[in-house]
Amino acid sequence: MAIKWPLFFHKLGSPRWFYRIGGMWLPWMAALTSLLLLVGAVWGLAFAPEDFKQGNSYRIIYVHVPAAFIALAGYYVMALAGAVSLIWKMKVADIVLKCAAPIGAAMTVLALFSGAVWGKPTWGTWWVWDARNTSMLVLLFLYLGIYALYNSFEREEQAAKVCAVLALVGTVNIPIIYKSVDWWFTLHQPATLKITQASSMHASMWQPLLVMIAGFYLLYATLLIQRVRVEVLYRERRTRWVRDIVLQAGSVRK
Amino acid sequence: MYFDSVAQLFAMDGHGVYVWSVYAAALAIIALLALTPVFKRRRFIAEETRVLTRQRNTPTTRLN
Repeated sequence: MAIKWPLFFHKLGSPRWFYRIGGMWLPWMAALTSLLLLVGAVWGLAFAPEDFKQGNSYRIIYVHVPAAFIALAGYYVMALAGAVSLIWKMKVADIVLKCAAPIGAAMTVLALFSGAVWGKPTWGTWWVWDARNTSMLVLLFLYLGIYALYNSFEREEQAAKVCAVLALVGTVNIPIIYKSVDWWFTLHQPATLKITQASSMHASMWQPLLVMIAGFYLLYATLLIQRVRVEVLYRERRTRWVRDIVLQAGSVRK
Repeated sequence: MYFDSVAQLFAMDGHGVYVWSVYAAALAIIALLALTPVFKRRRFIAEETRVLTRQRNTPTTRLN
């Protein structure tokens, strides 16, 4: 008997289906994202206690860690979309690959910026060329490189193919970033939240962090779906269903 | 609230500049990411509306 792929996998490949379902989900996701980020930020800024070593500067963690998580997770999403695009030639995967790059780049910038600002009062310097900082900078250049490369092609299919290969090759950087604080001597502190052991943080400090991490993951999903939907319109502009959307939204004079 | 006053919340014992600038940057970046597709979509609708209007107003069959 042939393997039966779940129906939703085929549907995911349909730009029209993605546009419709994404549109249904977006308002709810945006509302929940705003709620989580608002609660997490107020909790982390005003209600969590201060750190006995770092004082109040540690409150930057509530932006820095979620942004860094998304910078890395976003790369997985992009590389995975690249793999799907290479193997199954799915249109939606091409679009996800294209749209994940600017969001990932922005999140990497946020992680680097918040890290530099946190470093000043804590380490006494904005920047050190250690393994963690350098590998994150490489990640930023990978994102920017894929973004620039994609836009330099005339034909979308060709752009997607080349960028998918670059994204997959760049995956080698991800474990280096994760392990950089263990493998090399660095000023960067090791991970605070661990899955296998108890956290080195007090509950009153990591609870708002979890809310912020959840909020950033949801934010990423929301931003990605939003971007992919607009890109779908561009890609499918010759189809009847997009024409109907344009006719409904704009005012075409008869 | 952990702080005694709003003024202390802003000052954060001298760390306020660092902490608040990071939160402001986060807000700015998120706003930028969320708004660019909104404008891009608007531009798309405007462009395609122009194209469709032009097509409507061009007669498809010409009589000799």
